[in-house]
Amino acid sequence: MFVFEFMRNAFLASTFIAITCGLVGVFVVARNLSFLSHTLSEIGFAGAAFGVFVGLSPLNGMLLFTGASSLIVGTLSVEKSHREASISAVSSLFIGLGILFLSLSNKNASYATNILFGSIVGISVAEVNQLILLSGIALIALLAVYRILVFDSFDGVGAASQNIHRNLLSMFFLILLALSVSIGAQIVGSLLVFILLTLPAASAQYMGRSVPSMLAFSLGFALIGVWLGLYLGYVTNWPVTFFIASIEVVIYLLSLIYNRWQTN
Amino acid sequence: MHKDSILDIEHLTVRFPDKTVLDDINLSIQRGTMVSLIGENGAGKTTLIRTILHQLKPTKGKIIAHPGAGRRHLEIGYVPQFRNIDTGYPLSIKSFVGLNRLKHRWPFYLPQEHAALISALKRTNLLKLQNIRLGSASGGEKQRAYLAQALVNDPELLILDEATASLDVKAKNELMTLVQQLNQSDQLTVIFITHDFELAQKYTQRFMFLNEGKIETGPVADLSEKFLEAHA
Ligand SMILES: Nc1ncnc2c1ncn2[C@@H]1O[C@H](COP(=O)(O)OP(=O)(O)OP(=O)(O)O)[C@@H](O)[C@H]1O
Ligand SMILES: [Mg+2]
Repeated sequence: MFVFEFMRNAFLASTFIAITCGLVGVFVVARNLSFLSHTLSEIGFAGAAFGVFVGLSPLNGMLLFTGASSLIVGTLSVEKSHREASISAVSSLFIGLGILFLSLSNKNASYATNILFGSIVGISVAEVNQLILLSGIALIALLAVYRILVFDSFDGVGAASQNIHRNLLSMFFLILLALSVSIGAQIVGSLLVFILLTLPAASAQYMGRSVPSMLAFSLGFALIGVWLGLYLGYVTNWPVTFFIASIEVVIYLLSLIYNRWQTN
Repeated sequence: MHKDSILDIEHLTVRFPDKTVLDDINLSIQRGTMVSLIGENGAGKTTLIRTILHQLKPTKGKIIAHPGAGRRHLEIGYVPQFRNIDTGYPLSIKSFVGLNRLKHRWPFYLPQEHAALISALKRTNLLKLQNIRLGSASGGEKQRAYLAQALVNDPELLILDEATASLDVKAKNELMTLVQQLNQSDQLTVIFITHDFELAQKYTQRFMFLNEGKIETGPVADLSEKFLEAHA
């Protein structure tokens, strides 16, 4: 399958996507941000549509919108009890905007499906290079705050008593999340990128008992999903995203069963 | 100032916009002792502790720390008042205890950090339980894990903010016996915040009674009198 350039590009891109989303996802799940990451991917859809409308690349449009909205969410820092409702409101607005920008930019419907559901054809070498660069930035950012992020994500109360700048850290992580959403959406699409950000990590929580082991499991599960998904998509001509989603769900269920079996 | 104090608090005032919580407090805590901090809800116990931990700035006055020989600053271990660890919590006790190692940035522990981690587990009798998930540990084991996390940086001063509040009588006494052992074997100074006079009298030597911004101190034997006085 690697005789085709688009497959080589897709393979390289999805490898880096899996690395980024798999690792960042561990903190998304620990910080209970699954819902927010879902919303950010919808915002990413609007961003991509906006990008197309004004002549940016979809990826740059996504980076712009998700980055800006994570800053807004971070500064608002609404009370927990109201957060879900306000996030829903924000996401409704952005899906609406996405549809508007798409129709204004006169692109055909298949373009919209590509953004929403992902596509492996037509990723250029330049785009792959940008993805690798962005993944590198995300991973370095993760490494730079690793220990305080681990403490704050897995024991917020304990971290609060250690003079950590928690608000700053929280903001930093939201931007990192926005970056990961935009990266991940390039292959699996903005509708389902949250799969890669939450399911491998949620499965990893059942398997590992330390943060490094969770990171390893999550990374492994994400890689299995995209590699196998790409291969099956290539063989069957069915959408890659369908396979990735199904594989991650199966892994999740198996981890859940393993966990039940182990605790009994 | 005392010769062998670990903390000297001088003319400490902490004022919030709407009220003065600590009003010109003077206090010395002797190295190697166990002291209870007592006072009604809202008296300002946590506020005093947060000021000691540099999380709050004093409105007036100062807190002088005296680190022991060979130490640059006074390392304080703190077990906060409320923790939210539910049954699905995934980390093992060992991983949880290690969260507090923030002095280095590496994703992996250095050998001496690993040794510190094992030592904290040993001192809290958690060595055998280190690999079970904290979420599935009992209430008493959880408290010991919180304690171990506070000990992992080898503090000279340990502050327990109502650490026994949610435990049954047996677990309370086990935890306090453990803390007492640490106090005696390692010269660990302990501030124990509690509403439980019985525990205070059984395990600590002196009390600090916080009431309307002022603090009174004395041997725990005088505690019952103090209480009656305040409620007369
Ligand atoms: N950041 C703050 N801003 C304004 N007021 C505060 C702040 N922190 C505490 N207070 C007030 O200061 C008083 C003392 O609070 P503190 O938490 O120190 O009491 P406490 O003795 O620890 O009580 P408890 O036994 O319930 O734990 C309370 O009236 C509280 O409302
Ligand atoms: Mg308190």
